[in-house]
Amino acid sequence: MSSYDLLIVGIGGQGTILASNIIGEACLLEGVPIKGVETHGMAQRGGSVESHVRIGGTFGPLISPGGADLMIALDLMEAVRYRHYLKPQGRIIVNDHAVVPTSVFMQKLPMPARDDLLAALDGHPVTLVDAAGLAAEAGNLIVQNVVMLGAAAPHLPLKAESLEEAVRRLVPQKFLDLNLRAFALGREAGRS
Amino acid sequence: MAKQYLLGNEAIAHACIEAGLDFASGYPGTPSSEVIDTLRAQKKREFYIEWSVNEKVAFENALAASWCGQRSMVTMKHVGLNVAADPLLTSAYTGAKGGFVVLSADDPYAHSSQNEQDTRRYAHFAKLPCMNPSSVQEAHDMMKDAFALSEQVGLPVLFRPTTRICHSKGDVDLGEVSDEHRTGVFEKDPKQYVVIPAHTRVLHKKLNEKQPMVRKAVMDLGYNTAEVRGETAVVASGIAASYVQEVIPEGVSFMKVGCFPIDGAWMEAFVQQHKKVLVVEEGAPIVEERLRQLACGVEVFGQMNGAVPMEGELSPAAVAASMVKAGILKDNPFQSPAPAEGLPPRPPILCAGCGHRATFYAMKKVFPDGIFPSDIGCYTLGLQLGTVDTTICMGASVTVGSGIANAGEKRPVVATIGDSTFLHTGIQGLLNAVYNGADMTLVILDNRITAMTGHQPNPNTGETAMGEASVPISLEAICRACGASFVETIDPYDLTATLEALKAAKARAGTKVIIARQACVITARRAGVRRAHYRVDPETCTACGACLRFGCPAIGKDADEKAEINELCSGCGVCADICPAGAIVKEGRK
Repeated sequence: MSSYDLLIVGIGGQGTILASNIIGEACLLEGVPIKGVETHGMAQRGGSVESHVRIGGTFGPLISPGGADLMIALDLMEAVRYRHYLKPQGRIIVNDHAVVPTSVFMQKLPMPARDDLLAALDGHPVTLVDAAGLAAEAGNLIVQNVVMLGAAAPHLPLKAESLEEAVRRLVPQKFLDLNLRAFALGREAGRS
Repeated sequence: MAKQYLLGNEAIAHACIEAGLDFASGYPGTPSSEVIDTLRAQKKREFYIEWSVNEKVAFENALAASWCGQRSMVTMKHVGLNVAADPLLTSAYTGAKGGFVVLSADDPYAHSSQNEQDTRRYAHFAKLPCMNPSSVQEAHDMMKDAFALSEQVGLPVLFRPTTRICHSKGDVDLGEVSDEHRTGVFEKDPKQYVVIPAHTRVLHKKLNEKQPMVRKAVMDLGYNTAEVRGETAVVASGIAASYVQEVIPEGVSFMKVGCFPIDGAWMEAFVQQHKKVLVVEEGAPIVEERLRQLACGVEVFGQMNGAVPMEGELSPAAVAASMVKAGILKDNPFQSPAPAEGLPPRPPILCAGCGHRATFYAMKKVFPDGIFPSDIGCYTLGLQLGTVDTTICMGASVTVGSGIANAGEKRPVVATIGDSTFLHTGIQGLLNAVYNGADMTLVILDNRITAMTGHQPNPNTGETAMGEASVPISLEAICRACGASFVETIDPYDLTATLEALKAAKARAGTKVIIARQACVITARRAGVRRAHYRVDPETCTACGACLRFGCPAIGKDADEKAEINELCSGCGVCADICPAGAIVKEGRK
């Protein structure tokens, strides 16, 4: 059985794990098998992180390079770092912002400009999302991951209602409205 | 029962409470830590649980509980099993009574480890059964069976998940939580539990005599399966079996080895029905070695002839490449598109406001020509700050430091170790260094938690794994008891005092100890500590870059090349002390 393969990438601390948990819960709601794998431990502290999600997956959890249908990137530079995981026409939902890694200052490495990063994604259908702006509109910068998930929702092989219900189940009650607003704003941005 | 989307370690933990676990101990280590973390957080079953000071201690505690008839488990990562190897080997002689499972998680590709050793080697070494799951669901099911297997054969059972099992997720079918509880009662039996030579010679013979029964019990579990489909076969173990199933062509036979020891007759019968066999496994060629002994006349491909990588981890694409090498696949179905080049790396770093960064900064200032042995923990990330010259294993910073000092090295030696690592195996190194007159400084980076693996408590924290308040030990008293006469405690956020303490240590001979104490920024934030952020006054900033060299992720540059502080700032204020122009100030102040 072939799976719909999704890569969620970003920086440790940005909430890739919550995003993958929401998708997992939505799969359970729809009775779709799911497998995945994510970065933990030492590599998590401010480092580049990846979460593989295989919707409908019955084999192992790893997506092979060249095999992903979709990538959600919480950082523009991380999108470029993991671009080779996508199929030739694989879609990219990407936050229009790149955090400068400390290696740029410590080792005096060149930081690619936004235009160069966008050019490196050329050939793929790209949806640019102002995650920070939309998260601020929803009420808190912390929900940028849910904004990005909302933006990906129109492209995932799952019903938006299942994803929304998954958000309800996984987010603490007092932050629920904030997260639902973030999801809705993201979803709107992902349609355009 | 219910289907849940779970991490491998969460599924394993749930299997333990389904099996009626009574006693769990362990030392945190990626990728194993979430098993006990999950058990601590669940409310479905009550039992004893502890984070021990090291793996040997954890192992012996759990073994004793098993001798008392309780179902017990000890968890660690592969390198931790080296620390517990001493009791492990002898526990095969004494045996287990209540089901005793030794979970040792391996880390192929060393995602978060200092080596890539294979726990299955220890199973063979100790003559113990070992389970090697190939998926999250199987990890759950095997763990549940492991306790019963241990009781059936009267031996500890090794359980070896790998990173991509522990940290992979899947929809898992869970069972009911057991409501059976056992109170531990020790029955004296010196012939079984006192390994003086007269007893141990008998016990070794008994262990060897048990092996045919163990092989049968393992086969009866049904995790070792084989299907003949043609003249060519692929044999796989662990998660490699999942990768193989994704790419194996029709008409190629498949054998899966989930549990060890392998029944030689069963494997031989399978192998002899084929002309060619490829063995795919991560870690050491354990299955391959056994298979080659039985494969008279059959062509074998695997790690030993270069068809399968001997290091790192496998993937569906890597397995397909091995099948191409063995002539099982014509072409690799996976493309391998080139990754983008020239991107600045984003390795893990110390958090914004981490007290360790300030300590490292001060060490560099006071000891510009210092040699810096370090240890296993978040602070190993000080490598990027130039203050980590050596790392071997838990506790080795102190011993490597004293070794370098006593070898006659004239430059000053400043070793660093975390509080949990110091309690793990650092204490012995310190008392040895003091007693043997090593001229060195030991800096204990005390953030009052075992941070890197996910904030597990240790005896320095003042809270047990069961969530009960306990007596926090005194690092100062321990260091003095080890014989150190210079023991100073500083707050690394106070840069001036830290520099002074390091200078005072530098001026004295012998083994000096500085305890740099500041709570981990993550636990502090969770505990509600809020400090005002800092900001840069762009008019005062001279763009000298001194703060940028501090390496804090909260400090960057604005469009005019001047320093800028972002929202990651935790308010430690050390950068304000570093800035030569006085341009960094607390927010809200002019």
